[in-house]
Parts: sequence; structure tokens; C-alpha cells
Amino acid sequence: MALLQISEPGESPAPHARRLAVGIDLGTTNSLVATVRNGVAVVLPDGEGHPLLPSIVHYGEKRTSVGHQARKVQAVDPRNTIVSVKRFMGRSLADISDDRRFPYAFVEGGGMLRIQTRAGIKTPVEISAEILKTLRVRVEEGFGEPVHGAVVTVPAYFDDAQRQATKDAAQLAGLNVLRLLNEPTAAAIAYGLDNGSEGIYAIYDLGGGTFDISILKLSRGVFEVLATAGDTALGGDDFDHRVYCWILEAARLGPLSAGDTRLLMMKAREAKENLTAHASAPVVAVLSSGDNVNVTLTAETFTDITATLVTKTLGPVRKALRDARLSPTDVKGVVMVGGATRMPQIQKAVAAFFGQPLLNNLDPDQVVAVGAAIQANVLAGNREGDDWLLLDVIPLSLGIETMGGLTEKIVPRNSTIPVTRAQEFTTFKDGQTAMAIHVLQGERERVSDCRSLARFELRGIPPMVAGAARIRVTFQVDADGLLSVSANEQTTGVQASVVVKPSYGLSDADITRMLEDSFSHAADDMAARALAETRVESERTIAATESALAQDADLLSSAEREEIDAALQTVRQILAGNDRHALQQALDGLNHATEALAERRMNRSVNQALAGRSVDALG
Amino acid sequence: MIDFSQNYFALFGLAPRYRVSEHELDAAFRELQSSVHPDRYVNADESARRESMQSSAQVNEAYRSLRDPVGRAEYLLRLHGVDTMIETDNALPLDFLEEQMERRESVDDARRAGAVETLDRLAHEIRRDIASREAALATTLDERQAWDAARPMVRELRFLQKLATDIDASIAEIEG
Repeated sequence: MALLQISEPGESPAPHARRLAVGIDLGTTNSLVATVRNGVAVVLPDGEGHPLLPSIVHYGEKRTSVGHQARKVQAVDPRNTIVSVKRFMGRSLADISDDRRFPYAFVEGGGMLRIQTRAGIKTPVEISAEILKTLRVRVEEGFGEPVHGAVVTVPAYFDDAQRQATKDAAQLAGLNVLRLLNEPTAAAIAYGLDNGSEGIYAIYDLGGGTFDISILKLSRGVFEVLATAGDTALGGDDFDHRVYCWILEAARLGPLSAGDTRLLMMKAREAKENLTAHASAPVVAVLSSGDNVNVTLTAETFTDITATLVTKTLGPVRKALRDARLSPTDVKGVVMVGGATRMPQIQKAVAAFFGQPLLNNLDPDQVVAVGAAIQANVLAGNREGDDWLLLDVIPLSLGIETMGGLTEKIVPRNSTIPVTRAQEFTTFKDGQTAMAIHVLQGERERVSDCRSLARFELRGIPPMVAGAARIRVTFQVDADGLLSVSANEQTTGVQASVVVKPSYGLSDADITRMLEDSFSHAADDMAARALAETRVESERTIAATESALAQDADLLSSAEREEIDAALQTVRQILAGNDRHALQQALDGLNHATEALAERRMNRSVNQALAGRSVDALG
Repeated sequence: MIDFSQNYFALFGLAPRYRVSEHELDAAFRELQSSVHPDRYVNADESARRESMQSSAQVNEAYRSLRDPVGRAEYLLRLHGVDTMIETDNALPLDFLEEQMERRESVDDARRAGAVETLDRLAHEIRRDIASREAALATTLDERQAWDAARPMVRELRFLQKLATDIDASIAEIEG
């Protein structure tokens, strides 16, 4: 259903020149897609009217499902149902502190974490791409045109590896990434433009698995991020987990199966959501053992068991304010973003910290996607004139390893992007001809406390005495917050320009393989659809034949009748299997067997119709 | 396109002085970014996008240098042929160093004790010291144009700024 495109004031005057641009919030718990239509950003619901797509991917026996369908089977098939995959983006297995908390079959080995599923070994990038693809298809089916480009949001505190993984996933899903946009900044756009605000704003964004705090200065169409801080492993999921642990204790439960664990995690989540509006929440479940769980969680207990998590979010808030050289009283407004900020204890703690009421009049689940859609509309060139400008920052310092396992910072955190910064280093030994460059991200002094992003070598340095070579290392961070590093020796001009792919990222070869896989899966998808269509056609034909036999069996000889019955039986048998080709053949056989019957029925009905009319009327 | 061969002050349309109007600097920065930022060139060809990123990064670098008072003083001195960064000349006045050693010790004690409030107070004290030194530096640079006399003043300021940043880092570490 292609919709009519209507040009509006302030928008591009030529409707045909408008590009379909979307904002995508790829969330830990839910993902959304939004676009600007007729000057208003709207979240696009699925065919059943759900705006939120649960970020859950199920690798089933026959097909991969995403969202609500995948959620239904998570307790039945936990190993092949991946939830909260965002937590694994750009991470190695070693980064996951308690991998036993997850029911997945992690694959051992270095590099990016991988999960063994029924459909093969999957990386978080591939799993996220399934979610993004589902959203892209939702939009393209809705508007009947391809998506020109997408702004995909990431937590502000995502490091280079996590950002690169997100961009790779979007490209794998067939999206042209206009920009990676920080989630709190996206929320600020949605709020700032609505309210025409000026001054210092704090965006407190507690999602399903990540926490961000950004301090922004809004002035005359410029959104300038002054500082950002956060925790990429803290979110609503952790509150669920605290409730889950409480249920285990309260109901005196021993070790559980993966399915029961998932079931109780779902119950924990429901209880948490219930407590937003109620003073207590019952937790009732029947385990696979047949044991009953029946306990009641009060709001008071919930506040107690999650107090440390709430406090944990305030550390980064203080850090961001300190980096921006501001105090809580300088903040003119505090915007609450993310479904987890619905929890009353969060609202209370944040309001108390800033000493003011909070801004939460926009839906905390949708505000990021809405802001991203508004920005996508601008970046795609669909507006003219009064545009605003976003000036964002990198969340973590970038540097390289120097002697003694120490980190030398080259680009400090909260530098406005894009940024290019160079620093000179020299050789350590006489006659040294190569230099290893180890790129790091993080705030700590010691290399082992920072994230390793890449290693590369500058070779061919002419032999000189120690300290004579001048090696200039240049860091460049683009507007997506992605890093590239190059090095050259100044006296001779020896170059080693390397676009850094993070150690935990994917090589171009990986991406190529995944694209090929997704094409072959596309072929699988097509075959599955064709089988489904043939099945529907077969069932329709069986029903039509049975109905014809019930009415007009007298038109057939006994031999003809036997032939039809046999053909019907063959179709029914093959219908139970998965062989589309055999089914099509059987269906053709049935159609052939019923040709004579169809012709005679046609003649009979024509004769019956004519019987009631006068000959004159036919003239 | 913008002429990046001119000095940072000229880039932002400002007179090359230590005292600048932050308001004017901010406004000029925003105006420049509005014309060069990569968000303006998303649909342009590859070379225009690369040029936009490089220009935008240069504007950011120029702004960062001038926005920070110590960075601005260093840049101004460099325009007048005075380098404050040479490592070999690290002689700071003895009384200054003694005073800072005492401060460092207080900082270290407070850090070991996890006394965030003490650290906050020390950082605040140092920033007040920095502010009063900056006023003296402004006179030296803008009225007296005594570049050589300004040099040690800038070096002391850089030292104090580093100390304040280290305190911030300690507080951040304690607060997790």
C-alpha cells in the first residue's frame, strides 16, 4: 500500500524527491522504527499494531522468527532464543562476567563472542541484523518503497567496538547508515525541538541493559553535548535479575532448568512492571517439575533489593557533571528516557539528586526512535532552511600503549567529534626498524585496564639511534564516533595507514561471509514462502473438490470418481511433509483429475441458469 | 571553503588577544560548524564528505585550543614565537614547587582515605588559585605584551590545571 506523499511547509517542495529516512532504536529489550510523515515523527507499528518489537530472535526448526513470536517460545527453547543481544555487541566471551547467567551455548575462542544455535554459529552482529531487517521490512511493506537511509541509535557510552558492531549489523540488514546517533542526544532532539528549550539539560537514559547520562547545552538550534558518562552493562535487566534472585530465595528453590530460569525471569519482569502502579505484585508460576511458585513482592522489598543499582547510576551522573564543570543546580531540566525510568524508586532518586521535578511527558520507550527519525529526516535532505546542529562527543579516551604497559592518551574523553589528533613517538632501541602500535580505549593508566581496539605494525623505519626516529600517530574519529588510526615516520615518510577495525569487530571477510549467508537464507526464506503458498493452494483445492463432489457426484462415472478420490488422497498425504515440488505435482494431478467434473458442473449451472429464462430474453 | 592557513583567532574573527569574549567565540564556532559539519554532507560524494570531516575536526581543534584559557595563552605565545611546551626547560620557582608538593601530599592523603569532600574542597581551592593567576596573566599578555614574562606563568597554570584534573580523576575512581 503505497501512501500518497504530501509536501508540507518547510519540507522539500518536490514530493518525489523526498527520501524515506527512518530512525531506529536498537534496544536491549525492545526495538522501534520511526519516520517523519507530514512534518510529524511517528513510530511505525507492525501489522498487529504493536509499536515495540521485542529484541528477541528465535532460531526455529524451519525458520527464524523475531519479536513477539520469538518471545512466546523463549521459555520452551531458551538455547535458540536470544534475548538482550545488545549486551554482547562488540564483546568477547571473556567480557561477559557471569556467562552462566545465560542459557546459551557460547562458542569458546578469541575475538567476538559467538553463540551456537540450531541455525549454526551466530555472532551478536548477525543476531542484531535479524532485528534490524525485521524493522526495515516493516517500513518497506508499509510504504511500498525502499528505505533510503537510517539513523541507528547507540548508547552514548558505547565504545568503538560496540559502535562498529552496530554499524556492521545495520549494513548486514541492508540499511544505508546515515549516522550512528547517541541515544540521549536523540532524546534531546525529540524534547528540545518540541519545547524550544535553551540552557543546560541532563538526559538520564536507563534502558534494558545500558545506562547513559549526557549533559547538553541547548542554544539557538545547536545541541552541544558537554559530557557523557554511563555503564554499558547496567539496565532494567539487572533489576529483573534482582527480583529473580529474590523469587528463588522467597520460594526456596534449588537449581533450575534453563526453561524454568527463563520463565521466572519473565515473571520477575512482570512483577517489576506491576510495581510501577501497584504496592505489591504476585509472582505465580508452575515449574517444569510441577512445583508451584506463589510469592508476593512488595514495592518496599523491591526498592530495598535494587537500592544498590539505583545508587550505581548516580556515580556516572556526578562524573558527567564534573567533566562538564557544572553542579546539579546548573541543570535547567532533567529528561527521563528508557522504559526502566518508569520505576518509582528511580524517579524519586533522580529528582532528589537534581532537586527538581523531571521531564517525562514523552513516552520513555519511544522518545529515542522519534528523535532519531527527526534527525534522519534532516540528514536525508528532506528539510530546507532552519536546520539545527548536533555536536556530540566521544565517551571514552583513546590512546596507545607505551613502554611499561602504560596508556598514553591521544584523544581525551568528551572531545567533540569529528576529531583528529596526532602525537609523535620515537624508537626505544638503536637500529629499531619496526614499531608495534596498540590502540586502546579507556580512562585507566594501565593497558590491562583499558579495552584493546587494535594492533598494527609500522615497518620499514630506517635504522637510526634510539630516539632519533619521529613516528607520528594520527587518530581520527568520525561523526559516527568511529576511529581510524594511521602512523608514519616523519624523517623518511614511511607510511602505515590502517583503518582500525577493533579487535572484537569483524573483518571485511567476515562481513562478506555473513552477506553470502544472508543471501542463501534469503533463498531459504523464499523456498519457505513458496511451500506455504502451495500448501494454502492445496487446501483450497481439496475443499473445493469435496464441495463439488457433495453437490454433483452424479456427473461422474465410477472410474472417474475413483481417480479423483485417489488424487485427493495423494495431495492429503504429501501436504503433511515439506516437499513443495511433490506437493505441486500432486496438486497438478488433482486439478487434472477434476477437469471433466469442472466442465460438466459448468454446463449444468449454465443450463440451470438458462432454464428459468425465456428465449426472447436471450436474443 | 574556509581558509585554515590563518591563525585560530582569525579563523573565528577575533583579535589575537588573551581576553576574548566567550560569547563571540562560541557564536563563531557554531557558525563555522554549521557550514562544515559532516551532518551537512551526508548525501554528498565521498571526497566532499572527507573534506567536511577534516574541516569540522580542524574547527573543533581550534575551538578547543582557544576555549581553554591555558590553551589560549599557549597558542598566543606560540604566535609570538614563545614555546611553553619545551620539555628541557622545566625549571619552576622553588616556592611554587614547595607549595604544590604540599598540595599533592594532601591530595594523596585524601585519596587514600577516600575522602571525596576533602578532594572536592582541594580542587575548588586550586581552581580559585587558577582564576586569580589568570587575571594576572591577562594583564601581562594584553596590556604589557610581555611574552617572556608570561611564559613561566603559563607553565605554572598548566601544572595547576593538571593537578585539578588528577583530583577529578581520583574522585571519579573513588565514586566508581
